[in-house]
Amino acid sequence: MDPAAGPDLRSGRLPAAQYALRFADATGPLSAAQALVAAERCLGCFDAPCVRACPTAIDVPAFIRRIAEGNVRGAARAILEPNPLGGTCARACPTEILCERACVLAPEPGGPVDIGRLQRFAVDAALARPGPPLFVRASATGRRIAVVGTGPAGLSCAHALARRGHDVVMHDARPKAGGLNEYGLAAYKVAGDHAAHELAWILSIGGVAVRAGSAIDLGRELDALARDHDAVFLATGLPAARRLGIPGEELPGVLDAVQFIAQLRQCEDLSRFPIGRRVVVIGGGMTAIDAAVQSHLLGAEEVRIVYRRSLDAMPASGAERDRALRHGVLLHQGLAPEAILGSDLRGAGGYATAVRFARQRFDDSGRVPTGEYETFAADLVLKAIGQVPAQAALAASGLRLADGGRIVVDEQMRTSRPGVWAGGDCRAGSDELTVSAVADGQRAARSIHAALAGARP
Amino acid sequence: MANLQTTFAGIRSPNPFWLASAPPTDKAYNVSRAFEAGWGGVVWKTLGEDPPIVNVSGPRYGAFLTPDRRLLGFNNIELITDRPLATNLAEIRQIKRDWPDRAVLVSLMVPCDEGSWKRILPMIEDTGCDGVELNFGCPHGMSERGMGAAVGQVPEYVEMVTSWCKQASRLPVVVKLTPNITDIRQPAMAARRGGADAVSLINTISSIMGVDPDTLTMQPAVGRQGTHGGYCGPAVKPIALHMVAAIAGAPQAAGMPISGIGGISTWRDALDFIALGCTTVQVCTAAMFHGFRIVAEMIDGLSNYLEERGFASLDEVRGRALPSVVEWQHLDLNVVGKAVIDPVTCIGCGRCHVACEDTSHQAITSQRDGARHFEVDEAHCVGCNLCVAVCPVPECITMRTLAPGEIDARTGRAVPASAADWTTHRNNPARLARPARGD
Repeated sequence: MDPAAGPDLRSGRLPAAQYALRFADATGPLSAAQALVAAERCLGCFDAPCVRACPTAIDVPAFIRRIAEGNVRGAARAILEPNPLGGTCARACPTEILCERACVLAPEPGGPVDIGRLQRFAVDAALARPGPPLFVRASATGRRIAVVGTGPAGLSCAHALARRGHDVVMHDARPKAGGLNEYGLAAYKVAGDHAAHELAWILSIGGVAVRAGSAIDLGRELDALARDHDAVFLATGLPAARRLGIPGEELPGVLDAVQFIAQLRQCEDLSRFPIGRRVVVIGGGMTAIDAAVQSHLLGAEEVRIVYRRSLDAMPASGAERDRALRHGVLLHQGLAPEAILGSDLRGAGGYATAVRFARQRFDDSGRVPTGEYETFAADLVLKAIGQVPAQAALAASGLRLADGGRIVVDEQMRTSRPGVWAGGDCRAGSDELTVSAVADGQRAARSIHAALAGARP
Repeated sequence: MANLQTTFAGIRSPNPFWLASAPPTDKAYNVSRAFEAGWGGVVWKTLGEDPPIVNVSGPRYGAFLTPDRRLLGFNNIELITDRPLATNLAEIRQIKRDWPDRAVLVSLMVPCDEGSWKRILPMIEDTGCDGVELNFGCPHGMSERGMGAAVGQVPEYVEMVTSWCKQASRLPVVVKLTPNITDIRQPAMAARRGGADAVSLINTISSIMGVDPDTLTMQPAVGRQGTHGGYCGPAVKPIALHMVAAIAGAPQAAGMPISGIGGISTWRDALDFIALGCTTVQVCTAAMFHGFRIVAEMIDGLSNYLEERGFASLDEVRGRALPSVVEWQHLDLNVVGKAVIDPVTCIGCGRCHVACEDTSHQAITSQRDGARHFEVDEAHCVGCNLCVAVCPVPECITMRTLAPGEIDARTGRAVPASAADWTTHRNNPARLARPARGD
């Protein structure tokens, strides 16, 4: 390839009509008839393992039985009561490692009950149907709580607090509320503007003000926030991408996968969204899969996910790996990135043209370089090796941190500072699952409510 | 192929599978198709006096379905034939001429006066058909007019009309009984007293399928109203089997041929009826759901059964299960059963535990050493079989019968070697000195 011609990075690789088809709903909703049959398979287990496997402890047998009985509204209430983001979780949860893995039918010939899709059926049907609200806000307490971050943890906490009659002010640095739901999930998982519909439903409880585009610098503003509110819940997520720390990382044509996905999610016309002919995604998590599959959907001809460990060690679930394979993504294992090569033959300038990887072998001591190298040509390099907290701001906040600069909390989500709670991906020990963030938000709301009820105004 | 040849009240048919008097036997067109498919006989849909009745042109049927739309029960409000009598008679004559080896019976329902029966019977006989079936069973519509079940519910009327028919015709008379009655043996014995050659049962059970939650009207509704219908299909089979066994086991009805009806969909269902004393079986709902071709599978299944078990004909099976049907007081109270859960096939759902813990005898544990584990506690198990029924895995929970001499962990007593029933039990205030078992 002639370096002077520039990378093969362009939009409109597909006929215009293809984009909507390719980015349509990946799983598709169950029809009412399908839902009845799927619901019928649930055995209604004693001390159901699926409930224990759900971080938000949704009463799965109860909501499925309500679907079977034609009580979709009741089913939705059973889901949304412990998990107001049940619609997103039904789409984004790796159910195959959570509730559906725990299902006693999982090892049986017919496989587990289709819990995720049943949950989506119930929530979608209830939210689409006008009628009396599922939840009614308690009478106003006059208490004000600040929630920083409008992702799953923040929304979960805000909804739970608002239901209890508290007023909530939510802040988000981004121009739109929703956090990962709005900016982070693959488009085909939340087709039909689901994130916005869900956000509108959550806010319909009342008592929640959202201040999007209002970044809070916790290093400077936490004191004021705590002073001006009865409680503060921090759900700031992991806004920064981890760096590779290899030569060539700054070259044009190298992007953080989360940034790529966020731009794609906000793009009104995907036929104008540029994509490389050859895309190399570095990493092995859900974000790597989301980035690679969407690259393929945009028309990239050759998409690779390159992971330094073995495929079995990939954080992405088996179902997600299968999704990548179905979309023709090549999965490479045991290749650690060494350098991103530039078009400038002296090595430092120009734009990214390839990534060089060092082959690894695995023994008892861990990963050992074999001395062999592999180089993949790339028109676009996407880095998906994990996210990190806003380290400088958190370090200046005075909160106790651990686990790579994340906020230390107790089992009630209380931070080291009285009056300040934290949850979701930004707290130490998080497993970075949406449903766990929702669970954190609920737990924090209970704790905040209890603390406020005990305190004299 | 085993010999399925059947003779019922003198009427011969190549197999015991007949189509019941119902919509599938209303016209020559349908009946021809049925005989082409292999049905051994038909009971022509009930004829009445001219002018013919009218049927509703709204929903005549309502179904009770599983979520995957398999049929559990079926409800209908169709009346007897709504075609002119002469049309039906001409078609019956032609069908019998075309299919001489098949049984063709004609179901009848006319007002409860002797003249009506005596007028119609010669016309029926003139078709060349093999017999008549008196419809004393239809529970909807016609019963309001003093016919059908309104007759079948009064044994004296059953006897009276049957005797009129026997006097007015040389044809074999089969009396079709309604299950909407307290003791099915009473109309059966009345039919015999009236001279009936056989009985057939059950007709449908009075039913309402449900209520539409949007309109709060009963279902199925014709416009904004509905009326009770007759219930049939798989759900009614156990009721029919009980009534068949009650008649077959009644000394006053002994020897009277029975044509079994009620939820028969497969050869297995037919075997149940035959083993409890039926000579033929009649089918309607299953044919309406799957078409006439299902008779081929019924014939094949029953034939295989006879061949594999070495039975020469259905005569060797008929009534063979009857001795096992006794009154409760003769059950052996010394039998002790205990449930056994196979830990290998158990999938750990715990439905057995919930069922036993909530509603029965607290005889299934949910944990062992702190881990999820379901196991029978024989000290509490009474052998009720509920866990077997609720277990989703076939054969995972079974019942074992304790051997004589084995200690029942629940009572601490050894299982006696001999049988003992309620008739001599010490708790029975009216106990006998010696068992009263008839066998």
